[in-house]
Amino acid sequence: MTVPVDAGRRRIEELLEQHEGQVLRRWFEIAGAMSGGHVDRGGAAVPFGEIYQALRRSLGDSHDGSDLRGLLADLSRSRARQGFTPSETANVVFGLKEAVYEIAEADGSPEALRGFVWFSRIVDDHGLFTFETYAAARERIISDQAEQLLELSTPVVKLWEGIVAVPLIGTLDSARTQVVMEKLLQMLVETGSEHAVIDITGVPAVDTQVAQHLLKTVVAARLMGAECVISGIRPQIAHTIVTLGIEFGDIVTKASLADALAHALRQSGVEFVKGRGRRVTVRTEEN
Amino acid sequence: MTSPSELPISGNSDVVLIRQQVRTVAVEVGLSLVDQTKIVTAASELARNALVYAGGGRVRIEIVHNNVRAGLRLTVSDDGPGIPDIDQALVDGWTTGNGLGLGLSGSRRLVDEFDLRSVPGEGTLITVTKWAR
Ligand SMILES: Nc1ncnc2c1ncn2[C@@H]1O[C@H](COP(=O)(O)OP(=O)(O)OP(=O)(O)O)[C@@H](O)[C@H]1O
Ligand SMILES: [Mg+2]
Repeated sequence: MTVPVDAGRRRIEELLEQHEGQVLRRWFEIAGAMSGGHVDRGGAAVPFGEIYQALRRSLGDSHDGSDLRGLLADLSRSRARQGFTPSETANVVFGLKEAVYEIAEADGSPEALRGFVWFSRIVDDHGLFTFETYAAARERIISDQAEQLLELSTPVVKLWEGIVAVPLIGTLDSARTQVVMEKLLQMLVETGSEHAVIDITGVPAVDTQVAQHLLKTVVAARLMGAECVISGIRPQIAHTIVTLGIEFGDIVTKASLADALAHALRQSGVEFVKGRGRRVTVRTEEN
Repeated sequence: MTSPSELPISGNSDVVLIRQQVRTVAVEVGLSLVDQTKIVTAASELARNALVYAGGGRVRIEIVHNNVRAGLRLTVSDDGPGIPDIDQALVDGWTTGNGLGLGLSGSRRLVDEFDLRSVPGEGTLITVTKWAR
Protein backbone atom coordinates (compact mmCIF):
# COMPACT_ATOMS: atom_id res chain seq x y z
CA MET A 1 0.00 0.00 0.00
CA THR A 2 1.45 3.29 -0.97
CA VAL A 3 0.33 6.58 0.40
CA PRO A 4 1.31 9.68 -1.52
CA VAL A 5 3.67 11.92 0.43
CA ASP A 6 1.35 14.87 0.09
CA ALA A 7 -1.51 13.07 1.80
CA GLY A 8 0.81 12.14 4.63
CA ARG A 9 1.99 15.71 4.99
CA ARG A 10 -1.53 17.05 5.12
CA ARG A 11 -2.52 14.55 7.77
CA ILE A 12 0.40 15.45 10.02
CA GLU A 13 -0.31 19.14 9.62
CA GLU A 14 -3.93 18.50 10.63
CA LEU A 15 -2.86 16.45 13.64
CA LEU A 16 -0.38 19.13 14.69
CA GLU A 17 -3.22 21.63 14.65
CA GLN A 18 -5.84 19.47 16.36
CA HIS A 19 -3.64 18.11 19.11
CA GLU A 20 -1.50 21.13 19.77
CA GLY A 21 -2.13 21.10 23.52
CA GLN A 22 -1.33 17.44 23.93
CA VAL A 23 1.80 17.52 21.74
CA LEU A 24 3.17 20.53 23.55
CA ARG A 25 2.59 18.95 26.94
CA ARG A 26 4.24 15.69 25.94
CA TRP A 27 7.11 17.47 24.22
CA PHE A 28 7.78 19.42 27.39
CA GLU A 29 7.83 16.19 29.43
CA ILE A 30 10.00 14.26 26.99
CA ALA A 31 12.52 17.09 26.56
CA GLY A 32 12.68 17.39 30.34
CA ALA A 33 13.41 13.69 30.74
CA MET A 34 16.00 13.79 27.96
CA SER A 35 17.97 16.59 29.58
CA GLY A 36 18.02 14.81 32.91
CA GLY A 37 14.78 16.34 34.17
CA HIS A 38 16.21 19.83 33.93
CA VAL A 39 14.34 21.59 31.17
CA ASP A 40 14.38 24.70 33.25
CA ARG A 41 17.90 24.29 34.56
CA GLY A 42 19.60 27.65 34.88
CA GLY A 43 16.49 29.46 33.73
CA ALA A 44 16.98 28.13 30.24
CA ALA A 45 13.26 27.95 29.64
CA VAL A 46 12.57 26.73 26.15
CA PRO A 47 9.87 28.67 24.28
CA PHE A 48 8.15 25.42 23.25
CA GLY A 49 4.99 27.20 22.14
CA GLU A 50 6.78 29.70 19.95
CA ILE A 51 9.00 27.06 18.37
CA TYR A 52 5.94 24.92 17.73
CA GLN A 53 4.10 27.71 15.94
CA ALA A 54 7.16 28.63 13.91
CA LEU A 55 7.60 25.00 12.93
CA ARG A 56 4.00 24.79 11.78
CA ARG A 57 4.44 27.94 9.72
CA SER A 58 7.56 26.45 8.14
CA LEU A 59 5.63 23.33 7.13
CA GLY A 60 2.87 25.34 5.47
CA ASP A 61 2.73 26.41 1.88
CA SER A 62 4.74 29.54 2.54
CA HIS A 63 7.71 27.35 3.56
CA ASP A 64 8.97 30.20 5.66
CA GLY A 65 11.48 28.62 8.00
CA SER A 66 13.34 31.77 8.97
CA ASP A 67 11.43 32.35 12.24
CA LEU A 68 12.06 28.79 13.28
CA ARG A 69 15.76 28.90 12.47
CA GLY A 70 16.04 32.16 14.39
CA LEU A 71 14.38 30.65 17.46
CA LEU A 72 16.54 27.51 17.29
CA ALA A 73 19.71 29.58 16.92
CA ASP A 74 18.75 31.64 19.98
CA LEU A 75 18.06 28.45 21.90
CA SER A 76 21.47 26.98 20.97
CA ARG A 77 23.30 30.14 21.88
CA SER A 78 21.66 30.60 25.25
CA ARG A 79 22.17 26.93 26.09
CA ALA A 80 25.81 27.05 25.03
CA ARG A 81 26.28 30.05 27.29
CA GLN A 82 24.65 28.26 30.20
CA GLY A 83 26.87 25.24 29.83
CA PHE A 84 24.38 22.68 28.53
CA THR A 85 25.94 19.92 26.44
CA PRO A 86 25.31 19.87 22.68
CA SER A 87 23.23 16.67 23.00
CA GLU A 88 21.09 18.14 25.75
CA THR A 89 20.45 21.05 23.44
CA ALA A 90 19.64 19.05 20.32
CA ASN A 91 17.55 16.57 22.34
CA VAL A 92 15.09 19.34 23.09
CA VAL A 93 14.32 19.42 19.37
CA PHE A 94 14.41 15.65 18.89
CA GLY A 95 11.93 15.26 21.74
CA LEU A 96 9.24 16.65 19.48
CA LYS A 97 9.44 13.56 17.27
CA GLU A 98 8.38 11.27 20.07
CA ALA A 99 5.50 13.55 21.04
CA VAL A 100 4.26 13.66 17.47
CA TYR A 101 4.77 9.93 16.98
CA GLU A 102 2.33 9.31 19.81
CA ILE A 103 -0.49 11.20 18.12
CA ALA A 104 0.33 9.69 14.72
CA GLU A 105 0.19 6.23 16.26
CA ALA A 106 -3.07 6.98 18.05
CA ASP A 107 -4.49 8.21 14.77
CA GLY A 108 -3.38 4.94 13.23
CA SER A 109 -4.05 5.89 9.63
CA PRO A 110 -1.50 5.00 6.92
CA GLU A 111 -1.42 8.72 6.04
CA ALA A 112 -0.43 9.69 9.55
CA LEU A 113 2.38 7.13 9.66
CA ARG A 114 3.61 8.04 6.19
CA GLY A 115 3.46 11.68 7.18
CA PHE A 116 5.39 10.97 10.36
CA VAL A 117 8.36 9.66 8.38
CA TRP A 118 8.40 12.90 6.42
CA PHE A 119 7.98 14.98 9.60
CA SER A 120 10.69 13.09 11.41
CA ARG A 121 13.21 13.86 8.69
CA ILE A 122 12.42 17.56 8.99
CA VAL A 123 12.87 17.52 12.75
CA ASP A 124 16.20 15.71 12.30
CA ASP A 125 17.34 18.54 10.07
CA HIS A 126 16.38 21.11 12.65
CA GLY A 127 18.07 19.09 15.37
CA LEU A 128 21.30 19.02 13.40
CA PHE A 129 21.02 22.73 12.75
CA THR A 130 20.71 23.23 16.51
CA PHE A 131 23.78 21.10 17.02
CA GLU A 132 25.77 23.14 14.54
CA THR A 133 24.75 26.52 15.90
CA TYR A 134 25.54 25.23 19.35
CA ALA A 135 29.07 24.29 18.27
CA ALA A 136 29.61 27.64 16.57
CA ALA A 137 28.31 29.49 19.63
CA ARG A 138 30.54 27.46 21.91
CA GLU A 139 33.64 28.21 19.84
CA ARG A 140 32.75 31.85 19.88
CA ILE A 141 32.42 31.84 23.66
CA ILE A 142 35.74 30.07 24.09
CA SER A 143 37.65 32.45 21.87
CA ASP A 144 36.02 35.43 23.58
CA GLN A 145 37.04 34.05 26.94
CA ALA A 146 40.60 33.43 25.79
CA GLU A 147 40.79 37.02 24.62
CA GLN A 148 39.31 38.34 27.84
CA LEU A 149 41.77 36.28 29.82
CA LEU A 150 44.59 37.71 27.75
CA GLU A 151 43.38 41.22 28.47
CA LEU A 152 42.79 40.47 32.12
CA SER A 153 46.16 38.94 32.66
CA THR A 154 47.96 42.03 31.40
CA PRO A 155 46.72 45.00 33.37
CA VAL A 156 48.45 48.26 32.67
CA VAL A 157 48.11 50.45 35.73
CA LYS A 158 48.81 54.08 36.40
CA LEU A 159 51.18 54.25 39.37
CA TRP A 160 51.53 57.99 39.56
CA GLU A 161 50.88 61.02 37.46
CA GLY A 162 53.01 60.36 34.37
CA ILE A 163 54.05 56.82 35.38
CA VAL A 164 52.38 53.63 34.16
CA ALA A 165 53.33 50.07 35.02
CA VAL A 166 52.63 46.62 33.67
CA PRO A 167 53.28 43.68 35.96
CA LEU A 168 53.86 40.62 33.79
CA ILE A 169 52.80 37.36 35.36
CA GLY A 170 53.10 33.83 34.04
CA THR A 171 54.35 32.41 30.81
CA LEU A 172 54.87 34.94 28.08
CA ASP A 173 53.97 33.59 24.70
CA SER A 174 54.14 35.63 21.58
CA ALA A 175 50.45 36.57 21.54
CA ARG A 176 50.48 37.79 25.11
CA THR A 177 53.66 39.78 24.80
CA GLN A 178 52.18 41.44 21.74
CA VAL A 179 49.06 42.41 23.69
CA VAL A 180 51.14 43.75 26.56
CA MET A 181 53.26 45.83 24.24
CA GLU A 182 50.26 47.33 22.48
CA LYS A 183 48.40 48.05 25.71
CA LEU A 184 51.40 49.67 27.30
CA LEU A 185 52.03 51.96 24.32
CA GLN A 186 48.36 52.86 24.16
CA MET A 187 48.29 53.61 27.87
CA LEU A 188 51.34 55.88 27.50
CA VAL A 189 49.42 57.93 24.94
CA GLU A 190 46.14 57.97 26.87
CA THR A 191 47.69 59.08 30.13
CA GLY A 192 50.36 61.26 28.55
CA SER A 193 52.93 59.40 30.64
CA GLU A 194 56.64 59.71 30.12
CA HIS A 195 57.63 56.77 32.29
CA ALA A 196 56.76 53.13 32.15
CA VAL A 197 57.75 50.27 34.43
CA ILE A 198 57.71 46.74 33.05
CA ASP A 199 57.83 44.38 36.00
CA ILE A 200 58.79 40.78 35.24
CA THR A 201 58.84 39.41 38.80
CA GLY A 202 56.13 36.93 37.85
CA VAL A 203 57.75 35.64 34.68
CA PRO A 204 59.32 32.17 35.05
CA ALA A 205 61.72 32.41 32.09
CA VAL A 206 62.98 35.02 29.66
CA ASP A 207 64.11 33.56 26.36
CA THR A 208 65.30 35.37 23.23
CA GLN A 209 61.74 35.87 22.02
CA VAL A 210 60.52 37.49 25.23
CA ALA A 211 63.69 39.56 25.39
CA GLN A 212 63.17 40.73 21.85
CA HIS A 213 59.60 41.76 22.62
CA LEU A 214 60.78 43.66 25.69
CA LEU A 215 63.51 45.41 23.73
CA LYS A 216 61.09 46.37 20.97
CA THR A 217 58.62 47.76 23.49
CA VAL A 218 61.31 49.89 25.06
CA VAL A 219 62.40 51.23 21.66
CA ALA A 220 58.81 51.96 20.61
CA ALA A 221 58.15 53.75 23.90
CA ARG A 222 61.26 55.84 23.36
CA LEU A 223 60.02 56.87 19.95
CA MET A 224 56.96 58.16 21.74
CA GLY A 225 59.09 60.12 24.14
CA ALA A 226 58.73 57.74 27.10
CA GLU A 227 61.37 55.89 29.09
CA CYS A 228 60.92 52.31 30.30
CA VAL A 229 62.41 50.71 33.36
CA ILE A 230 62.45 46.93 33.63
CA SER A 231 62.09 45.68 37.18
CA GLY A 232 61.89 42.38 39.00
CA ILE A 233 64.66 40.52 37.19
CA ARG A 234 65.23 37.67 39.61
CA PRO A 235 68.71 36.09 40.02
CA GLN A 236 67.96 32.97 37.96
CA ILE A 237 66.54 35.08 35.16
CA ALA A 238 69.54 37.41 35.27
CA HIS A 239 71.92 34.40 35.02
CA THR A 240 70.01 33.01 32.07
CA ILE A 241 69.83 36.30 30.20
CA VAL A 242 73.58 36.84 30.60
CA THR A 243 74.40 33.27 29.54
CA LEU A 244 72.17 33.54 26.49
CA GLY A 245 74.11 36.66 25.55
CA ILE A 246 71.21 39.07 25.52
CA GLU A 247 72.20 42.68 26.07
CA PHE A 248 69.76 45.14 27.48
CA GLY A 249 72.07 48.00 26.49
CA ASP A 250 71.29 51.27 28.20
CA ILE A 251 67.88 50.15 29.45
CA VAL A 252 67.50 50.89 33.14
CA THR A 253 66.77 47.80 35.21
CA LYS A 254 65.80 47.73 38.88
CA ALA A 255 65.52 44.92 41.39
CA SER A 256 61.98 45.64 42.45
CA LEU A 257 58.89 47.47 41.34
CA ALA A 258 59.34 49.83 44.29
CA ASP A 259 62.89 50.71 43.18
CA ALA A 260 61.64 51.28 39.65
CA LEU A 261 58.88 53.58 40.89
CA ALA A 262 61.35 55.54 43.00
CA HIS A 263 63.60 55.88 39.96
CA ALA A 264 60.76 57.05 37.72
CA LEU A 265 59.59 59.53 40.35
CA ARG A 266 63.10 60.98 40.68
CA GLN A 267 63.33 61.24 36.91
CA SER A 268 60.08 63.13 36.77
CA GLY A 269 61.24 65.52 39.45
CA VAL A 270 59.26 64.33 42.44
CA GLU A 271 61.26 64.77 45.61
CA PHE A 272 61.19 62.52 48.60
CA VAL A 273 61.54 63.86 52.07
CA LYS A 274 62.42 61.34 54.73
CA GLY A 275 59.98 61.78 57.61
CA ARG A 276 61.42 62.37 61.08
CA GLY A 277 59.73 59.53 62.89
CA ARG A 278 56.04 59.08 63.26
CA ARG A 279 53.72 61.77 64.36
CA VAL A 280 50.21 60.99 65.31
CA THR A 281 47.81 63.82 65.69
CA VAL A 282 44.65 63.25 67.56
CA ARG A 283 42.00 65.80 67.08
CA THR A 284 38.69 65.89 68.72
CA GLU A 285 35.98 67.60 66.89
CA GLU A 286 33.50 69.58 68.88
CA ASN A 287 30.23 70.65 67.52
CA MET B 1 58.20 10.49 35.78
CA THR B 2 60.63 7.71 35.00
CA SER B 3 59.77 6.83 31.41
CA PRO B 4 60.80 9.40 28.84
CA SER B 5 58.01 11.42 27.32
CA GLU B 6 57.85 12.77 23.83
CA LEU B 7 55.88 15.90 23.09
CA PRO B 8 54.95 17.31 19.72
CA ILE B 9 55.99 20.80 18.65
CA SER B 10 53.37 22.05 16.27
CA GLY B 11 52.30 25.41 17.63
CA ASN B 12 53.17 28.17 20.07
CA SER B 13 51.04 26.58 22.76
CA ASP B 14 53.19 23.43 22.49
CA VAL B 15 56.28 25.49 23.28
CA VAL B 16 54.55 26.78 26.43
CA LEU B 17 53.60 23.23 27.38
CA ILE B 18 57.14 21.98 26.81
CA ARG B 19 58.55 24.69 29.04
CA GLN B 20 56.18 23.68 31.81
CA GLN B 21 56.94 19.98 31.40
CA VAL B 22 60.70 20.58 31.40
CA ARG B 23 60.35 22.67 34.54
CA THR B 24 58.51 19.85 36.31
CA VAL B 25 61.13 17.26 35.38
CA ALA B 26 63.97 19.66 36.23
CA VAL B 27 62.58 20.00 39.75
CA GLU B 28 62.28 16.23 39.98
CA VAL B 29 65.91 15.73 38.94
CA GLY B 30 66.97 18.17 41.62
CA LEU B 31 68.36 20.96 39.47
CA SER B 32 68.96 24.25 41.26
CA LEU B 33 66.60 27.12 40.53
CA VAL B 34 69.18 28.72 38.24
CA ASP B 35 69.77 25.47 36.36
CA GLN B 36 66.04 24.81 36.08
CA THR B 37 65.57 28.19 34.47
CA LYS B 38 68.52 27.60 32.14
CA ILE B 39 67.28 24.25 30.84
CA VAL B 40 63.71 25.56 30.55
CA THR B 41 65.00 28.47 28.49
CA ALA B 42 67.10 26.18 26.28
CA ALA B 43 64.04 23.99 25.70
CA SER B 44 62.08 27.06 24.71
CA GLU B 45 64.76 28.15 22.21
CA LEU B 46 65.23 24.75 20.59
CA ALA B 47 61.51 24.00 20.39
CA ARG B 48 60.79 27.37 18.83
CA ASN B 49 63.58 26.93 16.29
CA ALA B 50 62.03 23.60 15.27
CA LEU B 51 58.68 25.33 14.97
CA VAL B 52 59.93 28.38 13.07
CA TYR B 53 62.55 26.86 10.79
CA ALA B 54 61.25 23.33 10.32
CA GLY B 55 57.49 23.86 10.66
CA GLY B 56 57.39 21.65 13.75
CA GLY B 57 59.04 18.66 15.36
CA ARG B 58 59.12 16.83 18.67
CA VAL B 59 60.97 16.84 21.93
CA ARG B 60 61.90 13.98 24.19
CA ILE B 61 62.36 14.76 27.84
CA GLU B 62 64.19 12.20 29.95
CA ILE B 63 66.00 11.72 33.18
CA VAL B 64 69.50 10.29 32.74
CA HIS B 65 72.19 9.09 35.12
CA ASN B 66 75.94 8.87 34.96
CA ASN B 67 78.06 7.33 37.69
CA VAL B 68 77.77 10.32 39.92
CA ARG B 69 74.59 12.20 39.29
CA ALA B 70 71.24 12.58 37.65
CA GLY B 71 70.51 14.86 34.78
CA LEU B 72 67.82 16.04 32.42
CA ARG B 73 68.21 15.33 28.71
CA LEU B 74 66.25 16.94 25.93
CA THR B 75 66.24 15.59 22.40
CA VAL B 76 64.70 18.02 19.97
CA SER B 77 64.23 16.76 16.45
CA ASP B 78 62.58 17.87 13.26
CA ASP B 79 62.29 16.83 9.62
CA GLY B 80 62.88 20.33 8.33
CA PRO B 81 65.40 21.76 5.85
CA GLY B 82 68.36 21.17 8.15
CA ILE B 83 71.20 23.60 8.89
CA PRO B 84 73.66 23.86 6.01
CA ASP B 85 76.47 25.49 7.99
CA ILE B 86 76.40 24.49 11.64
CA ASP B 87 79.39 26.60 12.67
CA GLN B 88 77.77 29.62 11.12
CA ALA B 89 74.44 28.90 12.88
CA LEU B 90 76.26 28.76 16.21
CA VAL B 91 77.72 32.24 15.85
CA ASP B 92 76.20 34.74 18.27
CA GLY B 93 73.87 37.06 16.42
CA TRP B 94 73.61 34.95 13.27
CA THR B 95 70.05 34.62 12.08
CA THR B 96 68.33 33.86 8.81
CA GLY B 97 65.03 34.94 10.34
CA ASN B 98 64.39 38.07 12.34
CA GLY B 99 65.45 36.88 15.75
CA LEU B 100 68.40 37.94 17.87
CA GLY B 101 70.43 35.01 16.59
CA LEU B 102 71.16 33.90 20.13
CA GLY B 103 68.87 30.89 20.54
CA LEU B 104 71.21 28.20 19.34
CA SER B 105 74.53 29.62 20.53
CA GLY B 106 72.96 30.74 23.82
CA SER B 107 71.40 27.32 24.43
CA ARG B 108 74.80 25.71 24.01
CA ARG B 109 76.08 27.89 26.86
CA LEU B 110 73.01 27.20 29.02
CA VAL B 111 73.58 23.43 29.15
CA ASP B 112 76.39 21.05 30.12
CA GLU B 113 76.35 18.92 26.98
CA PHE B 114 75.27 20.00 23.55
CA ASP B 115 75.16 17.88 20.42
CA LEU B 116 73.85 19.14 17.09
CA ARG B 117 73.41 16.96 14.02
CA SER B 118 71.80 18.21 10.90
CA VAL B 119 71.47 16.88 7.40
CA PRO B 120 70.35 19.38 4.78
CA GLY B 121 67.03 18.29 3.35
CA GLU B 122 66.47 15.74 6.12
CA GLY B 123 66.26 17.54 9.40
CA THR B 124 67.96 18.48 12.62
CA LEU B 125 68.57 16.60 15.86
CA ILE B 126 69.79 18.40 18.93
CA THR B 127 70.54 16.70 22.24
CA VAL B 128 71.28 18.71 25.35
CA THR B 129 71.89 17.61 28.93
CA LYS B 130 72.00 19.46 32.21
CA TRP B 131 73.46 17.63 35.24
CA ALA B 132 72.35 18.14 38.79
CA ARG B 133 75.15 19.45 40.98
N1 LIG C 1 65.77 23.43 13.60
C1 LIG C 1 66.33 24.21 12.66
N2 LIG C 1 66.18 23.91 11.34
C2 LIG C 1 66.72 24.70 10.40
N3 LIG C 1 67.44 25.81 10.66
C3 LIG C 1 67.63 26.16 11.94
C4 LIG C 1 67.08 25.38 13.01
N4 LIG C 1 67.44 25.97 14.18
C5 LIG C 1 68.18 27.05 13.87
N5 LIG C 1 68.29 27.18 12.52
C6 LIG C 1 69.05 28.22 11.80
O1 LIG C 1 70.02 28.76 12.67
C7 LIG C 1 69.87 30.18 12.80
C8 LIG C 1 70.25 30.61 14.20
O2 LIG C 1 69.31 30.11 15.16
P1 LIG C 1 69.14 30.86 16.54
O3 LIG C 1 68.12 30.15 17.32
O4 LIG C 1 70.48 31.02 17.15
O5 LIG C 1 68.66 32.30 16.12
P2 LIG C 1 67.21 32.78 15.67
O6 LIG C 1 66.22 31.70 15.87
O7 LIG C 1 67.34 33.30 14.30
O8 LIG C 1 66.92 33.98 16.67
P3 LIG C 1 66.60 33.86 18.23
O9 LIG C 1 67.69 34.60 18.93
O10 LIG C 1 65.30 34.51 18.43
O11 LIG C 1 66.58 32.41 18.58
C9 LIG C 1 68.44 30.43 12.46
O12 LIG C 1 68.24 31.74 11.98
C10 LIG C 1 68.20 29.37 11.37
O13 LIG C 1 68.65 29.79 10.12
MG1 LIG D 1 65.98 30.71 17.66
